[in-house]
Amino acid sequence: MENSIFSGNLVAFLILFGATCALVGMFLALSAWLGPKRMTPIKGEPFECGVISKTDARSPYPVKFYLVAVLFIVFDIEVAFLYPWAVSFGSIGVAGFIAAMIFLAILGVGLYYEVSKRVLEWK
Amino acid sequence: MWLDLGLIVGKIAVVFIGIIAGAFVLTWAERKQSALMSDRIGANRAAILGIKLMGIVNSVADALKMIFKEDFLPPKGLRFLHAAAPVFAMFPVFMTFAVLPFGPTITVGGKVIPLQILQLDVGMLYLLAFGSIAVYGVLLAGWASNNKYTLIGGMRATAQMISYELILGLSLIGPILVYGSLDPGVMATAQNGYLWGWIPKWGIIVQPIAFLLFLPAAMAETKRCPFDLPEGESEIIGFATEYSGMRWGMFFLGEFAEIVVLAAVLATVFLGSYQVPFLFDAGEKLGMAGFHFPWGAYLPIAEWAVVALRILSFGVKVLILMWLQMQIRWTYPRFRYDQLMRVSWREMMPIALANIAVTALIVMLVA
Repeated sequence: MENSIFSGNLVAFLILFGATCALVGMFLALSAWLGPKRMTPIKGEPFECGVISKTDARSPYPVKFYLVAVLFIVFDIEVAFLYPWAVSFGSIGVAGFIAAMIFLAILGVGLYYEVSKRVLEWK
Repeated sequence: MWLDLGLIVGKIAVVFIGIIAGAFVLTWAERKQSALMSDRIGANRAAILGIKLMGIVNSVADALKMIFKEDFLPPKGLRFLHAAAPVFAMFPVFMTFAVLPFGPTITVGGKVIPLQILQLDVGMLYLLAFGSIAVYGVLLAGWASNNKYTLIGGMRATAQMISYELILGLSLIGPILVYGSLDPGVMATAQNGYLWGWIPKWGIIVQPIAFLLFLPAAMAETKRCPFDLPEGESEIIGFATEYSGMRWGMFFLGEFAEIVVLAAVLATVFLGSYQVPFLFDAGEKLGMAGFHFPWGAYLPIAEWAVVALRILSFGVKVLILMWLQMQIRWTYPRFRYDQLMRVSWREMMPIALANIAVTALIVMLVA
């Protein structure tokens, strides 16, 4: 393959990005232009089983969701560390294997701790 | 230069048309298959000049209806975020397919053309990175609608999607250890190897547990089948309550497109990508293109036919996996929410970690 800028990935990525934006934008625009606009105050009310809501919608909700998000961040970063290890596994030998096993063991202990603290139980 | 540019645009056009056509057919197949499975007739009313095409025209009618419906923006909600949420749901789906090869590398008149839009060394990472953007669509839709039910529905969907994203990421490490690369193109080439000379080295054979973890996690990401709590068609109010028209349609077009893309990821990583068992091209077998069976038989095939067979095989695999997802969706009842979270964190996660350890051990012992 010759070394022109057009044979690389950058231009392909930019064209792909532009094409996807155009496609998504087209869908947004089609509906916004062609749909009717008949707004009434009642239609603007949030649909909550037909009852007119009195308070703001962003009321407190269970803290469990926040805990799941925190745990996700911790585990997701650790998974991200495993990717470079998996790719270079062929060249780092036994030492790399043992290091990763210690890492996985710590992950496992962390998971066990979460479970034993009943963080993930939805009751 | 113009040739390269034309090739890029051509490949993007092929992929986009493929995804949209797949999503379009799925909206029809979902109704017809569910009707078949529950002994009903299914979509059969819409007709253009008396032509019904077994109900495919219904899908056209749906698309038109969505375009001409009122595009509702809740006056008390966050209007900009409300409008942006469907973009986040649809945009990443069309970006992710780019790293997957839909056919082998072909040579036309001395020019090498890989049938893959982006040949990235970090292909799988790109895929997961763009895939996780879809979470924002659900989260923003729930938050911006100014509705208590969408807020809780959005949170529920977000917690589900991020939990299963971990499983998705962890289950892919096994295949990466085996193939030694993050590039789906390299993975596809590696799957034309054979264990003991006769078992195709497909992902599903060398990494069966990773496949069994990836399939349900992928289906949970698409918010379908036993994992359809975020939408909960009629019983639970979900994140999309305050959406109408095409912006509602974008969530569901995104979802159907995601089924196509996930079927393609599954086919690429676990079902041999575009490979046909025992089919080799001229470059792989010293100029003898065709089927080389392990018992020594040789069936010569023209080089162009090898390419055609491989592209066809990729398409067939994607179609079978799409059909499988439909079948599962209409077979199993929905999980309860606590069961859903328990399956992901307490059951699939330890299995995924153990799979990585065992795979690493085996890869090290074999090498």
